Amino acid sequence: MTSVGSADFIRILPELVLSGFALLVMMLEPVTPAGKKTVLGWVSVVGVILAGLAAAAIAFFPGSAFSASISNDGYSVYLIELLLLIALLTLLGSMAYLERDAIDHGEYYALILMATAGGAFMVASTELIMVFIGLEISSISTYILAGYKRGELQSNESSVKYFLLGSFATAFFLYGIAFVYGLTGTTNLDVIRETLVNSPSSANPQLLWLAVILMFVGLAFKVSTAPFQIWTPDVYQGAPAPVTAYLSTAPKAAAFAVLVRLLIGSFGHVASAGPLIFWLLWISAVLTMCLGNLAALWQSNVKRLLAYSSIAHAGYILVGVTAGGAEGTSSVLFYLGGYALMNVGAFILVAHLAGADERRTDVEDFTGLAADRPGMAACLTVFMLSLAGFPSTVGFFAKFYVFRAAMHAHLTGLTVIALLNSVVSVYYYLRLVVAMYMGEGKTQVNEASIPRALGFAIAVSLIGIFFLGLFPSGLLSDLTSLHVPWL
Amino acid sequence: MIPLSHILLLSVILFTLGAAGFIIRRNVITVFMCIELMLNAVNLAFIAFSRRLPSLDGQLFVFFVIVVAAAEAAVGLAIIVALYRNRNSLAIDDVDSMKM
Repeated sequence: MTSVGSADFIRILPELVLSGFALLVMMLEPVTPAGKKTVLGWVSVVGVILAGLAAAAIAFFPGSAFSASISNDGYSVYLIELLLLIALLTLLGSMAYLERDAIDHGEYYALILMATAGGAFMVASTELIMVFIGLEISSISTYILAGYKRGELQSNESSVKYFLLGSFATAFFLYGIAFVYGLTGTTNLDVIRETLVNSPSSANPQLLWLAVILMFVGLAFKVSTAPFQIWTPDVYQGAPAPVTAYLSTAPKAAAFAVLVRLLIGSFGHVASAGPLIFWLLWISAVLTMCLGNLAALWQSNVKRLLAYSSIAHAGYILVGVTAGGAEGTSSVLFYLGGYALMNVGAFILVAHLAGADERRTDVEDFTGLAADRPGMAACLTVFMLSLAGFPSTVGFFAKFYVFRAAMHAHLTGLTVIALLNSVVSVYYYLRLVVAMYMGEGKTQVNEASIPRALGFAIAVSLIGIFFLGLFPSGLLSDLTSLHVPWL
Repeated sequence: MIPLSHILLLSVILFTLGAAGFIIRRNVITVFMCIELMLNAVNLAFIAFSRRLPSLDGQLFVFFVIVVAAAEAAVGLAIIVALYRNRNSLAIDDVDSMKM
């Protein structure tokens, strides 16, 4: 019988702070007068910053908590900080948007905090029960967020599709867990690895393969990799744009963290599952990159275009996961960070530029933007160039490290396919840039100048993009030297 | 005592029925019920393994799955109600305002 001590609670301090502030926001919501709900946004921002400080503090208390169901290591601390950064940028980018579209209720902020708490539990957990609960906390909150514009058809649809396919995926993930439990008698990832590695003969390989495939399918839905990406364009297009900023980064980062812990950390060490995992990842990576990039070429809606682009990026990240090992893992972590900066920035800026009720989201609506709003056009250009992977932006080094890891793992074919794909992707990113700078402005572009909080969020992501684009080695060497026992 | 393989076979059949129903059925509520069927197939597998091993973890897991499924149902049905209010229809094929 293990007892629960204060050390256990210290090691989940960021999650506790987030949950506490989420409850606080919910309690303050009824007593906050209408039209003043932005205050709750700032309360949430304080909560996220405090949680960030807590996460920095718990880095000094490494170890496991709650009977080895939470592991507080460098890996989880980095990912928690990343999730908090995404939450912070989303909150700052949402406040003016919510007021403009008259959906400024306090629940929005509370749901973002809860989704982030769930994601933090996911990335820190070494126990499949805990992974499942974190996944559901984060998923259920984001189902509501996707449908936050209750009266709007597209937002509704986005929410329904996300909910149905998300729950469908969860069922697969759970069934995989059930078989792993049947094979090993435990749901703890470390014990699973030891059991399978030490007595490989005890596990029936076919059942093990089935379990791995089921869990992979479940997670592949969550990170939207082919052939399980069908829901992504509709959900990302229909959801309110700041919510899409969050959806396309935070749950994805958390699910990739679980994928790496599971497939590289636990089952990757099992000899009989190795080739299966390799080919699953390899095929899925190729399909995801090709489908995402080819479909993005034909899109006329900017949100949909960015949705397909995020599918393609999931493919590049999978290349890093396929490479595996310490180098592959650190390149994946670096990519998740860089991708979060540029994608959140792009979506919250598009949310502002789309105007009231997001009426202007077509590429055509951005024609001639540079003449009207040179500053915003320049920011959006930087985001696009970074997503395309131009040098001196973080997008370049993110891709470079992933491809280098793949080359070192002797995945030449995969690297070549990935390189060709990233060349193709330049076309559709530049199409938006060309429209902004070359076209004649047909429509009056934007009514208001940029709100201060949104401007701050965009500035933070731009600074991040250029800083990591010019000095990437510091973060990468930190990520390479994370002390994780399971690699 | 019923052999493990029988219970697992039942669980696989239920899960497959649920997954097939999810793809074939055209009513949002029915699709949602198919997901619940899949979750119950998972629960059955957990219970069967838990009894065979023997270990209590599987039964604990089932409690968590039930609780989470209830929370998911609450949110899911609310989303479906919102959809119905906007559309006056629960047919999946009508949910198509976004096309490529």
